[in-house]
Amino acid sequence: MTASTTKKQERGARIEERGETATPNKSHPSILNPQSSILLNTTAEDHHIARMAAVALGLTVLENAIPSPLPGVKPGLANIVTLIVLARYGLRAAAWVSLLRVVAGSLLFGSFLAPGFFLSLSGAVLSLLVLAFAQHLPPRWFGPVSHSIYAAFAHIAGQMLVVYLWLIPHAGIAYLIPVFAAAALVFGTVNGLIAARFMDTGTETLSTKNTNVTK
Amino acid sequence: MSSHEFISAATLPHLKPGDWLTLLLGSICVVLLALRLWSGDLADKAVIRSGGKIFREVPLSHDQQIEVPGPLGVSVISIQNRKVRIASDPSPRQYCVRQGWLQQAGEIALCLPNQVSVELAGSRKKYDSLNY
Repeated sequence: MTASTTKKQERGARIEERGETATPNKSHPSILNPQSSILLNTTAEDHHIARMAAVALGLTVLENAIPSPLPGVKPGLANIVTLIVLARYGLRAAAWVSLLRVVAGSLLFGSFLAPGFFLSLSGAVLSLLVLAFAQHLPPRWFGPVSHSIYAAFAHIAGQMLVVYLWLIPHAGIAYLIPVFAAAALVFGTVNGLIAARFMDTGTETLSTKNTNVTK
Repeated sequence: MSSHEFISAATLPHLKPGDWLTLLLGSICVVLLALRLWSGDLADKAVIRSGGKIFREVPLSHDQQIEVPGPLGVSVISIQNRKVRIASDPSPRQYCVRQGWLQQAGEIALCLPNQVSVELAGSRKKYDSLNY
């Protein structure tokens, strides 16, 4: 979903660039005059957000293929992308990437507006809220690992809140909280370490680093 | 390079002092949550209330059925295998019946319309957010 949007946006931008420099072709005025067609004016930042959201989406698809011992316990690999975007481009871009990933991911898996969608949405929103505070922690002392752990705990808290208030209003789900909290701690740490590894050399792009890691 | 060396080389440079603090806090949090939420001791008696007053306190040691009168009718509480449930109740939404079997101290089933409740009590009194 997001991948195709990205492509469209890029194509749109390219047409726009061409439209400014080249002279309009008289036989196809509608193609070479982007102002008259339905076209979103996208910025380089938009493209970047779309690209990062697509990476996050890919990780979501990947992790859905991994069998989980307990429904709901997932590594949350897409949060690595959110953490990197937060560190490099700020909270606004991170929120875009995270929420785009949630919506597009639900469209991919056919769970848009289903309970699973609201679970990931509440988790994403709450961890973004926590990240908004956590990013102001002194960077000398706190790195992406801390951000990741706080976000993972917030994620699980948001999900449990929705589960308790809406899906299973029974105190019995409290018995699962320690399991989810332990998973949040472990996966939060691992994701934070991966994000930190990607970030420690800022010059390399994400794709080249990806190949380095797989070697 | 052994796997242990690889792991420490991959992790240690990325962990700042505050990250260790966060890890420690997170671990304490997980342990406290587990202790707090998994420490339910087995109950040994059921406290049945009707209209806010204690109707009966019954031990769970033998199976029985207890009929408790309320404003809407009779609620039937059944005790079986050291577990308690509300077997039937005249309340319209049947929340307390659908709650099923109660087993651990501190668990409670409330039939608010019929003003009947059954609470399990253990050897020691546990506090919760309602009576703390």
